[in-house]
Amino acid sequence: MYDIKALYEAESVEDAIRLLTEHPEAQIIAGGSDVLVQIRGGRRAGKELVSIYMIDDMRGVSMLEDGTIRIGSLTSFYHIAEDPIVQKYIPVLGEAVSTVGSPQVRCIGTIGGNTCNGVTSADSSSTLHALDAIVEVTGPNGVRTLPIKEFYLGPGKVDLAHNEVQTAIMIPKAAYEGYYGNYIKYGMRNAMEIATTGCSVNVKLSDDKKTILDIRIGYGVAGPVPLRAVTAEAAGKGQPVSMDTVKLVSEKVLEDVKPRDSWRASKEFRLHLCKTMAERATIEAIKRAGGDI
Amino acid sequence: MGQRQYKLVTCTINGKERSAMVDVRASLTDMLRNEYELTSVKKGCEVGECGACNVIINGECFNSCIYLAVWAEGKDIRTLEGLEGPNGELSDIQQAFIDETAIQCGFCSPGFIMTAEEILERNKIYTDDELRKLLSGHLCRCTGYENILRAVKKTMYKRQGLEMPEDLQPNEDFHSTPDVGPYNRLTGETACIKEPRYSR
Repeated sequence: MYDIKALYEAESVEDAIRLLTEHPEAQIIAGGSDVLVQIRGGRRAGKELVSIYMIDDMRGVSMLEDGTIRIGSLTSFYHIAEDPIVQKYIPVLGEAVSTVGSPQVRCIGTIGGNTCNGVTSADSSSTLHALDAIVEVTGPNGVRTLPIKEFYLGPGKVDLAHNEVQTAIMIPKAAYEGYYGNYIKYGMRNAMEIATTGCSVNVKLSDDKKTILDIRIGYGVAGPVPLRAVTAEAAGKGQPVSMDTVKLVSEKVLEDVKPRDSWRASKEFRLHLCKTMAERATIEAIKRAGGDI
Repeated sequence: MGQRQYKLVTCTINGKERSAMVDVRASLTDMLRNEYELTSVKKGCEVGECGACNVIINGECFNSCIYLAVWAEGKDIRTLEGLEGPNGELSDIQQAFIDETAIQCGFCSPGFIMTAEEILERNKIYTDDELRKLLSGHLCRCTGYENILRAVKKTMYKRQGLEMPEDLQPNEDFHSTPDVGPYNRLTGETACIKEPRYSR
C-alpha cells in the first residue's frame, strides 16, 4: 500500500487542470515509475496526487498537416520506439528511449514524465534537445508552446505552473527533415541503468555528402540539466565530412559541457565520456546520413 | 491519514470479468494478491526493478508493483495462473522452464514466464541478443540466466514448428560496456586526464 494522502483521477486534460487548481498541494502522477518509487522511498510520501494516467487522449504519435510530429505526453517509451512515424522520421528518438530501464519500465514510463521531472539523466531529453523539440503545455488559459531548452529551468525544475499539464512534445519538420542521428548511453550495465552520461547527435549533410550543413549535439548528465553543445555545433557547421572535423567538434564539446563529480562517476571521467561519445555518435550519424567516413 | 478512499475497479483477470472495491493507495500487486489470491504475482523489490510482480496488461508487460490498482479499470490482465490448461496442465513455456532447469528457488519464475509468454505471442524469431534484451527486466539470483534463456529460445522455435538451429551463442554484447578509449578504471588515468580518488 502506498502512502498517498488522496488520489484524484482526471478524465481529461481540462479535468486535470481543474483538480490541480482545486488542490494546490497535489502533484501530478503520469506513469508513476518515478513518483511511486519516490513515495515508497519516503521523498514524496503522504502527498495528494492527481492521476492523469487514464487520459488516453494524451497518448499516441501523429503527424500534423505541416509535417510536425506530435507525441502525446503520456505515450510510453515502448510505444514511441514501436511507432511507424518515429521509426521512419526520427529513429534516433526510438533508439534513445529503448535504453530506458527495462522492457516493463518502458511500457509504463512516459515521455512527458521523463521531461517533466527535470532530471539531467533522462534518456529522451538529450535527443529531444538535439531534435529542437517543442513542448506543449496546457493550462487554465489555454495552450502555450516553448522550446525544450527553455522548458528546463534548473535541476528538477521545469517551466510548468502548478495547474498546468505538459500535453505534447512536438518535432517540427525543419528539425528532422534530412537529419540523421545517433544516441549513445554510457552506463555500468545494459539494463535498469541510469545514464552516467548520454550523448545524442543529429547531422544534416549536403547533397553530395561532402559537407556538414548542420550538426546538433545534445547531452544528458553533462550539466545540471540536459544541454546543447553550441560551441561544438558552430565549429562543425559548414565543415567538410572528415575525421579532422569530427575531432574538432569533439574537442570543442569540452567548452560546452559542465559535468560534476557524483557517486556514479567523476567529473574527469564524464569529460572524457563527453568527448569520446561526441566523436563516436557524430561518426555514426554521418554514416547513417550516407557520408563516407 | 485522513478518510480512507476506496474505488470500485472492474477488469478482466485471466479471462474473467472481476470487480472489487480497492483502496486507492493499493498497487496492482496488492490487488491481485489480496483480492484475487493470485499469489504468483510476487512482491520482490517493489520499485519496478526485479520483475517478480510482472503481469500482462492489454498484451504488454508491466511491473504491477509500480502500477496503481485503480488504473486496472477496464483492462485485460493476465497472470501466471491464466496459463494453466483446463485440467491443470502446464503450458509449454512452463514445462520448458522445468525441462531446462530454468527454475531453482522459483521466486522470479512467474514474472519471467509472463514476459516469455508475451515475447512468444509475438510469433517472431529473435536472436539470442534480442532475447537477452527482451528478458532484461528480470533479476534471478539462482540460475545465472542461461537456462532461462534456453527455455525461452527452445519454446520460441517450437511454437513456430522449427527445430532450434543451435544452442545459445555467447553474448556478443557481454563485453560491450562501451569501450571509452584509453582509460584505466583502477588508476583513473586516461590519455589526457587523471581521475581523482573519490569516496561515496
